[in-house]
Amino acid sequence: MTGFTPAPPAAGCRNAPVLKERGQREVFCGLTGIIWLHRKMQDAFFLVVGSRTCAHLLQSAAGVMIFAEPRFGTAILEEKDLAGLADANAELDREVDRLLARRPDIKQLFLVGSCPSEVIKLDLHRAAERLTERHAPHVRVMNYSGSGIETTFTEGEDACLATMVPTLPATDERQLLMVGALPDVVEDQALSLLAEMGVAPVRCLPAHRAAEAPGVGANTVVALTQPFLNETAAGLERRGARILPAPFPFGEEGTTAWLWAVAQEFGVSPETFAKVTDAPRARARKAIAAAAETLGGKSIFFFPDSQLEIPLARFLTRECGMTAVEVGAPFINKQIVGPDLDLLAEGPVIAEGQDVDLQLDRCRAARPDLTVCGLGLANPLESEGMTTKWAIELVFTPVHFYEQAGDLAGLFARPLRRRAILAGLEGAA
Amino acid sequence: MKLTVWTYEGPPHVGAMRVATAMKGLHYVLHAPQGDTYADLLFTMIERRNHRPPVSYTTFQARDLGEDTANLFKTALHDAFDRFKPQAMIVGSSCTAELIQDDPEGMAATMDLGIPVIPLELPSYQRKENFGSDETFYQIVKAIARPMERTAHVSANLIGPVGLGFRHRDDITEVTALLEEMGISVNVVAPMGATPADIARMGAAHFNVLMYPEHAETAARWMEKNLGQPFTKTVPIGVGATRDFIAEVARIAGVEPKADDARLRMPWYSQSVDSTYLTGKRVFLFGDATHVKAMARVARDEMGFEVVGLGCYNREFARDIRKLATEFGVEALISDDYLEVEKAIEDLAPEMILGTQMERHIGKRLGIPCAVISAPVHVQDFPARYSPQMGWEGANVIFDTLVHPLVMGLEEHLLHMFREDFEFHDEAGASHHGGAAKARAVEAEPEADQEAAAGAAPAEGEIVWLSAAEKELKKIPFFVRGKAKRNTEKFALEKGVHEISVETLYEAKAHYAR
Repeated sequence: MTGFTPAPPAAGCRNAPVLKERGQREVFCGLTGIIWLHRKMQDAFFLVVGSRTCAHLLQSAAGVMIFAEPRFGTAILEEKDLAGLADANAELDREVDRLLARRPDIKQLFLVGSCPSEVIKLDLHRAAERLTERHAPHVRVMNYSGSGIETTFTEGEDACLATMVPTLPATDERQLLMVGALPDVVEDQALSLLAEMGVAPVRCLPAHRAAEAPGVGANTVVALTQPFLNETAAGLERRGARILPAPFPFGEEGTTAWLWAVAQEFGVSPETFAKVTDAPRARARKAIAAAAETLGGKSIFFFPDSQLEIPLARFLTRECGMTAVEVGAPFINKQIVGPDLDLLAEGPVIAEGQDVDLQLDRCRAARPDLTVCGLGLANPLESEGMTTKWAIELVFTPVHFYEQAGDLAGLFARPLRRRAILAGLEGAA
Repeated sequence: MKLTVWTYEGPPHVGAMRVATAMKGLHYVLHAPQGDTYADLLFTMIERRNHRPPVSYTTFQARDLGEDTANLFKTALHDAFDRFKPQAMIVGSSCTAELIQDDPEGMAATMDLGIPVIPLELPSYQRKENFGSDETFYQIVKAIARPMERTAHVSANLIGPVGLGFRHRDDITEVTALLEEMGISVNVVAPMGATPADIARMGAAHFNVLMYPEHAETAARWMEKNLGQPFTKTVPIGVGATRDFIAEVARIAGVEPKADDARLRMPWYSQSVDSTYLTGKRVFLFGDATHVKAMARVARDEMGFEVVGLGCYNREFARDIRKLATEFGVEALISDDYLEVEKAIEDLAPEMILGTQMERHIGKRLGIPCAVISAPVHVQDFPARYSPQMGWEGANVIFDTLVHPLVMGLEEHLLHMFREDFEFHDEAGASHHGGAAKARAVEAEPEADQEAAAGAAPAEGEIVWLSAAEKELKKIPFFVRGKAKRNTEKFALEKGVHEISVETLYEAKAHYAR
């Protein structure tokens, strides 16, 4: 597994100083995770206990998906719920009863905490226990917080998976547990590569259905597919599982290194590994090369959003020839993104947290060729003549593993190609 | 608690953002947790604004709860003042900050920034977005506008247009033109495009044109009382309403009701024989009260439709809408629950829906054509082209918008004539809507299990369609089939018939003939 990508840098970014900032943050809260989690977990319903703002956020972020009979909703707190908390519990029970009566297909119900429910200290944990008893054995009710005061964007998935970990059955089976909600097509590709190498059994968290929930125990080895699963990883470790350190499976190099870490753990021979991965590696490299022509030599600036920033910067600098100016992440856990930091050459500012106005000042001063940012910043920066790639798409689009490597690079190349095509188009904003 | 998936309106602080984003030289400091910045993207994406909304958030996190949040607010206010140098600021809390009870008003007062800092009380757990915009604009006007000498020339303020408003941008242009034709100039347009300095000189206008009561009625009333400015009550959407508006303005301003309607094509288009097939098309209207009121009149008096139901989601205008419904002889639906709206539409089985983004999706699900007449709307309803709803050009735009989703007249006749045709049939869809035509599958003979199902004893009060009648029903073009089915069942129930035969179907048809 050598030869195709540059040698690791002599000094990576693992020990680089981190610029820690506090100030105004332009990020989503963890509730947003519901939008992809409810598609993945097909018998789960996500009930946010919050305000009209929470409902409006989900509606704005989910776009037209809101009309596809979504398995999520918001129990909107009203004036009378704030007056007395006992009342709020009774109201919640009633809403849940009605919901479950209407949707008998629901097997897992998540009560999702929000800023208002956290601030008034509505005890959703107890509510979940109470409701689990009431609706056993058909429905298990769990709770986690997706509030903005506690979670940023993808941390919502982390909080959701972490709350499931203690409920997973115990097992002593020697197994690989692949953790992180991936689009089905991507998950199937990963499972098929692992199967061809003879790694078995492999289970997934989250599973499609409650009945397929994986077991966990001392002989479980965990391969994370997403960098934001900090609490989930900690919870799995508490259950005796071991987390495999590996770069995240973005790009050809990331995917190969991730698979290789698993292969070594499960005693797969280098020959078998090569036999399984050579062809898809070649395909991935070829697909990346097309986009790398556009990306090579260009500079990139990441605003914090999803914690995918560090692995993506590693992919774009090493496989697409870009230069990172600043890599901002809402939260950095060096235990988890360490292998990616090792591969990211020294140089960029590594920033954790945000003061958005100061960061915008730095971005404008640096005039990067491409800026990765949220939708609240993208159009304003475009109108200043900067090229942007809006970050949310990186969470909603299949981007992991070999077959998506070209698409992933393409997502970053497209805004640059578009700007070049429209270079002669001038006009009023 | 109320379980909600779709909300027609956001929380009230989003209404305040709509006012702040519409204006210039004003900055909004919002005490809100991390995550509430999502609302920025409504403006940068849906309305495609090329700058960040002038809103600073304190974005407090769990670790800040306690005394720290008050300091965060002060810091945010200071930073925003230093960085953006606004002429005035508005300050307030989002739903979560409302619970932690820091006092933006008191804190702002202690800071003495030397510009007006206007506190907003927006009860997030009782009120919604439109209240937020109306209240915010009122507070700004109340704080800044003062009585002053009138302009020498007759002038008016246009009030109500805000950020994320349905066609507000182009309505301003159209109304300005209507006034100009009468020799009336526009003093200030607000909130859209106005600075706090502009608000200060609103008192110079002779009267106010209240374009959107949802967003500016409270301010209009305040100005009537305190600045002596009357305001218009007619919203000029549709030909008749525009004529009434011109007459009203002329009366208020003491000028001749002049109008240049040379560009107005809507009446002739509607009178031309091509439009005859629109007669009596059954429509259902839902949206904000202003647009529903105006469009109900257009639908009945200018398009020749039959209004079979109407309603609005903003309760502030429930009384108006109930009154309107009585005039139209239908029931008013005042609800912010889209499932109730869907139910009403299903029951009424209209041939067309005029509504919001939401009704567009309901229409899609039920196979009923829909045109969008009101916010909330998606990005496609912030078009690049000139596309007002008000005035003469607005009437032209409305005619096109309302006709387009309908199957065209000739097509409708062909569907009647060749309804059994294998390639020209209802499932092929309207020819001007794209999509490959699907040839009709050869219908299999009724299967045994279908017969069995038909043979099962019907429950009390249940109506069974005999298979011949069901087949006959399918021959009726899809856009009237729903109505035919509903009418036939109603007829059968009234007659105490439990099995519908072909005979029953045609008896019902004769009964309901118009």
